[in-house]
Amino acid sequence: MIIATFAFYLFAVVAVISGLLVITAKNPVHSVLWLILAFFNAAGLFVLLGAEFLAMLLVVVYVGAVAVLFLFVVMMLDLNTLNFREGYQQYMPLGLAIGLVLLVELATVGAGWALLPEVEGQLAAPIAAAEAAGLSNTEALGHILYTDYVYFFQAAGIILLVAMVGAIMLTHRSREGVRKQKIGRQLARDPAASVEVKKVETGRGI
Amino acid sequence: MMMAVGLSHYLTVAAILFTLGVFGIFLNRKNVIIILMSVELMLLAVNINLVAFSAFLGDLVGQVFTMFVLTVAAAEAAIGLAIVVVFFRNRGSIEVEDINQMKG
Repeated sequence: MIIATFAFYLFAVVAVISGLLVITAKNPVHSVLWLILAFFNAAGLFVLLGAEFLAMLLVVVYVGAVAVLFLFVVMMLDLNTLNFREGYQQYMPLGLAIGLVLLVELATVGAGWALLPEVEGQLAAPIAAAEAAGLSNTEALGHILYTDYVYFFQAAGIILLVAMVGAIMLTHRSREGVRKQKIGRQLARDPAASVEVKKVETGRGI
Repeated sequence: MMMAVGLSHYLTVAAILFTLGVFGIFLNRKNVIIILMSVELMLLAVNINLVAFSAFLGDLVGQVFTMFVLTVAAAEAAIGLAIVVVFFRNRGSIEVEDINQMKG
């Protein structure tokens, strides 16, 4: 129990500090690296909450794919010549005010909410039942994801497909002077157009 | 003497992370990539909320929803970064102030 409490405070504090450094770091590459640290610590919080599968998903998808994508883009664009810090004081008061208002509102909601007593009996997929059946978190998720939520699962796949097509479509550019295979022209060739017979005299070249 | 970790602790962490994300949008007007990262931070805070409620309520559906949020976040990051790359190719800048070509 003491170890779990200690781990929670460790993960929470590191996640918040790295979140702060994401938005304040001067170098965008450092921002991405702090973002990766924040994701790792959020994954630690998920493990503490008993959501192991989501923790692994966060590490694989976010750290392995999304953060690396950010890193690629930051390094691909030539950003060294740009000055990011110039004139940020202009938005600082507004941002601070809105952030403060938002935090106070969230704290108000967080302090004031309560569960209805009848919620206990209306759980759609109780974790206790899954644990009683000897299922791990991953197995229990799979059991409801591929049955009750299969249409949502397919929709998520379609969203990813559309995003992939869109990203390729947006960033693709056809460059001049690149030799490509033109299948139409290849298929349209016939012997009459492509073969020429020449009579070569003996002892001479062409 | 430490308090036992309850639901409100997780909600506090998520609230702080969400606020940092909102603040980051205002702070980084010169760099759209960091704004995208701020959006990712906000989505992470939402995910922490969903998983915390799922764990303390004892209902697995919150974790399923978290997976869908993750999916949409990944798609959003890919599309957003593609747009940033195209914009940088055309304008040579990623400042928010420069994104005004659609203005009448």
